[in-house]
Amino acid sequence: MGQTSYSNSGHHIYSVLVENKFGVLTRIAALFARRGFNIYSLAVSPTEDENFSRMTIVVNADGTPLEQVVKQLHKLIPVIKITEIGNGEGIERELILVTIEADANNRGMVTELAAIFEGSIVDVGHDSLTLMMTGTPDQVDAFEDLVRPHGVVAIQRTGRIALPKLVREAPTKLRSVKAS
Amino acid sequence: MKITGAQALVKSLEMQDVDVVFGYPGGAILPVYDPIIDSPIRHILVRHEQGAGHMAEGYAHATGKPGVAIVTSGPGATNIVTPLADAMMDSIPMIVITGQVPLAVIGTDAFQECDTVGITMGVTKHNWLVTDAQDIPKIVKQAFHIATTGRPGPVLIDLPKDVANTEMEWEWPEDISLPGYKPTTNGHPKQIKEAAKLIANSTRPVIYAGGGILKARAAEALKEFAQLTGAPVVTTLMARGAFPDEHEQCLGMPGMHGNYTAITSMQESDLLITLGARFDDRVTGKKDGFAPNAKVIHVDVDPAELGKVRNPDVPIVGDARLIIEKLIGATKKVFEKEGKPDLSKWWDQLNAWRKEFPLKYDKTDDTLLKPEYCIEQIRDASPKDTILVAGVGTHQMFASQYWKFNYPYTWVNSGGLGTMGFCIPAAIGAKVAKPESMVWGIDGDGCFQMTAQELVTAAIEKIPVKIAILNNSYLGMVRQWQELFYEERYSEVHLSETIPDFVKWSEAMGCAAFRVDKVEDVIPTIEKANSINDRPVVVDFRIDPAEKVFPMVPVGRTNSQIELGPMFDK
Ligand SMILES: Cc1ncc(C[n+]2csc(CCOP(=O)(O)OP(=O)(O)O)c2C)c(N)n1
Ligand SMILES: [Mg+2]
Repeated sequence: MGQTSYSNSGHHIYSVLVENKFGVLTRIAALFARRGFNIYSLAVSPTEDENFSRMTIVVNADGTPLEQVVKQLHKLIPVIKITEIGNGEGIERELILVTIEADANNRGMVTELAAIFEGSIVDVGHDSLTLMMTGTPDQVDAFEDLVRPHGVVAIQRTGRIALPKLVREAPTKLRSVKAS
Repeated sequence: MKITGAQALVKSLEMQDVDVVFGYPGGAILPVYDPIIDSPIRHILVRHEQGAGHMAEGYAHATGKPGVAIVTSGPGATNIVTPLADAMMDSIPMIVITGQVPLAVIGTDAFQECDTVGITMGVTKHNWLVTDAQDIPKIVKQAFHIATTGRPGPVLIDLPKDVANTEMEWEWPEDISLPGYKPTTNGHPKQIKEAAKLIANSTRPVIYAGGGILKARAAEALKEFAQLTGAPVVTTLMARGAFPDEHEQCLGMPGMHGNYTAITSMQESDLLITLGARFDDRVTGKKDGFAPNAKVIHVDVDPAELGKVRNPDVPIVGDARLIIEKLIGATKKVFEKEGKPDLSKWWDQLNAWRKEFPLKYDKTDDTLLKPEYCIEQIRDASPKDTILVAGVGTHQMFASQYWKFNYPYTWVNSGGLGTMGFCIPAAIGAKVAKPESMVWGIDGDGCFQMTAQELVTAAIEKIPVKIAILNNSYLGMVRQWQELFYEERYSEVHLSETIPDFVKWSEAMGCAAFRVDKVEDVIPTIEKANSINDRPVVVDFRIDPAEKVFPMVPVGRTNSQIELGPMFDK
């Protein structure tokens, strides 16, 4: 898992605004299957407006005609808007939950790793710990790579969520104050 | 006013000006069948739900209005999946209403339950499971809007029985709220200018007209555009009739069984003006070798078609009629400034091909009936605006090749899906839509046996279609491939010379029926068939079983490698 890096340039991220209706996820998943497109990861949740949901879809670009993916997605009636988040244009985060074998011998090292990555310990057993960590996909990759050698019992990543970066121009009001 | 969901459904159909529905009742759809008794809408009781679907398609083909079919849950719904897939492929507007088990028991494997919305998701433009009777008018309005606008297509409304029985407050919605559905129709002005420039600089243009011309009701505009540019026009299998075959600029059908000139014109072209066509593999042959030197203008209302198969030099998203009208204006302007390109050399070449490689079949042997001959005789004995419907197989290709289509909406066939059994029900649907027009179906003996039962529907409902069976006792198209590509090893393609007796069978279904096995009987029998108007007519033409369709571009070859067939062996 650690080897298939998320920051792989063969991935494209789409932020897709859809109507929050039953069956929309099925329609999208079925479209990908029907057209032979490859979904790498997918995260869905309702938005600020309960009529809509936002999905972050990461598509494996290898062998997938990306333009076709977007155009075919657009043809689904409940799909309202598709924004491609290009390399470096988005704020991306992911969450990982991982249960690690951790007895008296390595417990210290494991908790230290969690601390370095600003992760936390969310469950404790006799000889295992469950850690939670959030970060950019790269950071989550790195964290996963480092905890793995301790012995993974179970692992679950959420898949990426992303929003476009905000435009960093100062509002005109502020600027004009500065200029004067 | 309080009415039931079922009443609201029927009333909504009335609001959408539906004049006829094709259907078949059953448990889950029972509530809807009660208000149908009191509705002015004509209901045609079919004999199999597939028939209802293809009838709705035939109706839509002939009129451009959406066809409507109503069936029950479970097996009723699964029986109509094939017509949905057919309509999806050929962009036919169709509304299918299916009964569903009550909401309260959905998911419990109730009697005649199936996941209709799930099953039909991939073969509809959109579908709905109704969960609240109050939503019915809104959903019906949306359904008609989606089916008929943009790239048309089939939609399905799945109506649970308890929802149909629930009372609701009747109100017809003012507008259609579909935030995710806004088809582009206008085209980008800059792209239209670019296209006009390419047209003004092309000396070997071809107008590649597809089914989108008919969907957009753009046949008149196409004619004007063709005459303005002087360019030759090819009409795909879905576009036969969109430009008159008798027009001197018409080259006819391209593709796997197209004629030499139509295929080769595209191969040698320097500019394909693609209007509502989609570079289907049956048209392009091997993609890599297709029209290698042509620039491409591609006009389509579905943005996903642009660049799907061939990257266009000028992509234009929009309605074919609107775009052609704008292209006419833009092209005129460029012609005025830069002059009209000289196409005389191109036409010399095209005319030479037409002369040297026309469609041809063997007329010397008069002991065996040739399918081409039968079609020509039906054509010549019937009114020019006869609606021709076909099944799928060699007979379909002969029909497209040898008929003369001079009016739009006179050719009804299953192109994209290639659905055997399409002919009879689609012919019935077309005749219901256009009772004043003569409707001839050209069917195969294989196809006939798939949906013949609908002739019972036609006889009882007094829908006098005429069906010609080009009976070669074979699954002829498959036989042709086995002959050519499997060393004549015929596997499961022989039907029977004696069973069924098509004449007796047709008579049993309430039709007039005749058998023709001699050349001299062809014309008198067609005349007899054309004089019968109170019943469906079936003519069983016993044709040469060895007759193959040519020209042919075998799968995997480029369109430069056309097989012309035995008539051109020197
Ligand atoms: C439902 C369906 N099943 C199978 C096929 C494959 N198929 C295409 S043409 C054909 C033979 C059609 O036979 P017939 O109706 O007798 O027409 P002919 O080719 O002999 O003119 C078959 C089996 C198909 N197109 N549709
Ligand atoms: Mg046959």
